[in-house]
Amino acid sequence: MSEKVAFAVLTLAAISVVVPILLVLGYIVVRGISAISWDFITAMPRSGMREGGVLPAVVGTVVLTFGTAIAALPLGVGAAIYLAEYAPDNWLTRAIRLAIINLAGIPSVVYGLFGLGLFVLAMGMGTSIVAGSLTLGLMTLPIIISTAEEAILSVPQSFRVVSVSLGGTRWQTIRYQVLPQALPGILTGVILGLERAVGETAPILFTVAAFYLPRLPTSIFDQTMALPYHLYVISTQVPGMPVNVQFGTALVLLALVLSMNIVATVVRSRFRRRRQW
Amino acid sequence: MIQTEPSRRPRWGEFFIENLIRICGFSAIAFVALVFFFLLREGLPALGRVLPAEMLKQRWYPTFDLFGMLPLLLGSVLVTVLATIMAVPLGLATAIFIREVAPNWVREVLKPLIEVLAGIPSVVLGFLGMVAVAPLIRQYLDTPTGLTAFTGALMLAYMSLPTIISVAEDALDAVPKSYRDAALALGATRWQTIWRVTLPAARSGVLIAMMLGIGRAIGETMAVMMVTGNAARMPLALDSAFRPVRTMTATIAAEMGEVAQGSTHYHILFMVGIILFVLTFIVNAIASVVGMRGGPRRGGRLLG
Repeated sequence: MSEKVAFAVLTLAAISVVVPILLVLGYIVVRGISAISWDFITAMPRSGMREGGVLPAVVGTVVLTFGTAIAALPLGVGAAIYLAEYAPDNWLTRAIRLAIINLAGIPSVVYGLFGLGLFVLAMGMGTSIVAGSLTLGLMTLPIIISTAEEAILSVPQSFRVVSVSLGGTRWQTIRYQVLPQALPGILTGVILGLERAVGETAPILFTVAAFYLPRLPTSIFDQTMALPYHLYVISTQVPGMPVNVQFGTALVLLALVLSMNIVATVVRSRFRRRRQW
Repeated sequence: MIQTEPSRRPRWGEFFIENLIRICGFSAIAFVALVFFFLLREGLPALGRVLPAEMLKQRWYPTFDLFGMLPLLLGSVLVTVLATIMAVPLGLATAIFIREVAPNWVREVLKPLIEVLAGIPSVVLGFLGMVAVAPLIRQYLDTPTGLTAFTGALMLAYMSLPTIISVAEDALDAVPKSYRDAALALGATRWQTIWRVTLPAARSGVLIAMMLGIGRAIGETMAVMMVTGNAARMPLALDSAFRPVRTMTATIAAEMGEVAQGSTHYHILFMVGIILFVLTFIVNAIASVVGMRGGPRRGGRLLG
């Protein structure tokens, strides 16, 4: 009897977690789909953003995503290799792990402050795509490190043993045995990390985002519009904004983020099916 | 000639790349230090212009040079506590459901959906909170405005759920199967096994889940800024949860864009950033100290 009650409560909890998720997705799709057209995605915003499209914001977000990847990828994967394959079990390694966990916990708006203080002001980059990419890259770094490390650690030890026993050096073992096997896992982690960067608003508020800039960026020292900030602006700062444009923008952002999520899931599941260990 | 020993010839390429990897590894420490240093550099000058006692007062009116941070601090605490009260039991129950109760196919549906929730940008949730949730709250809870601490906490609870669920699930996963088998073999029901054996064995992981959830909630910015109404007043009345409130994160995000660099207000906002940094540092340090009590070693470092 008590077991039935307990399981009913657990089921109810799971339902109350899942149903709002479906409602959120459904609501945005239903109300936003009417605004979506080829024109909406490929046109400049007009008349104070109340008409036209979201092209500069989409382009800005894509550019920032690539910038973030360039900033975070080599460093993140390098750190993951170090932690998985080189780091001895000592206080320094524990300090590195503590640092990574704390990097992951720093509030996004504090990253924004840091980016403003270091990249925008102290290094004189101004509010620019470089400054924003570096800020987002630093924010994404801990996610990439921990997922990449996980992927490297899950490569079976026998791969390393065989390589080393055949006379391979440590780096050869990593380069030719471990990394190729861990690659899909690393890729999944990178995509999931970038997915977070795509949706973030707070770190780009003071480092790159432009309120209203109806042209495309031409250099990495330009400001740019970005989808998340654009959604914030048109839903709080612009009076008389048509609701369907707001929902349309939310839908474009959501579609971008979720398609990255799907890519990550596909990479992961194809890899799981193919691997032999 | 047959080579009997590994060659001792130095490999400069390898030497270079291995040191590069080492530097990458150490960089995490450098970055945390760098973030803290720049917050201090821009935030500490505030102490020279506003007395610390002034910062602990109850009025935040930057236009009149009143920088009492207490309402912001309490605003953050109120929203975080409310969110935690909602999210921890819900997340824990869902994790138990997924790991211990749900049939396989339900699990396969639930896990990707929760990952989707983790991916929804906070600004999208904030927007939905404004246009969909706030009106409902105003209508059904009969508050003067739907933009309240409770609305913010509700959004925050759902935003921290994916973290809580996945960490708690990992913790349950790490409990050896033999524990469960032993309990069941002694005649315990499935629920007794979960409640008396599995959960206690996973308690440190559950604590970590809670801490990381709290950490996310304190630091969340956009959704909170959009749905809490942003009134910097002391949330001390009994009905404070159903009134507008303003958090530290929202204050930084809303005001930093408008201040002159180098002004008192500018330095004060960095000071708020320092407080946030220290708070989340403590919360995460607790989580990681609990979490570092080892685990089985898997693949990894082999030589040297």
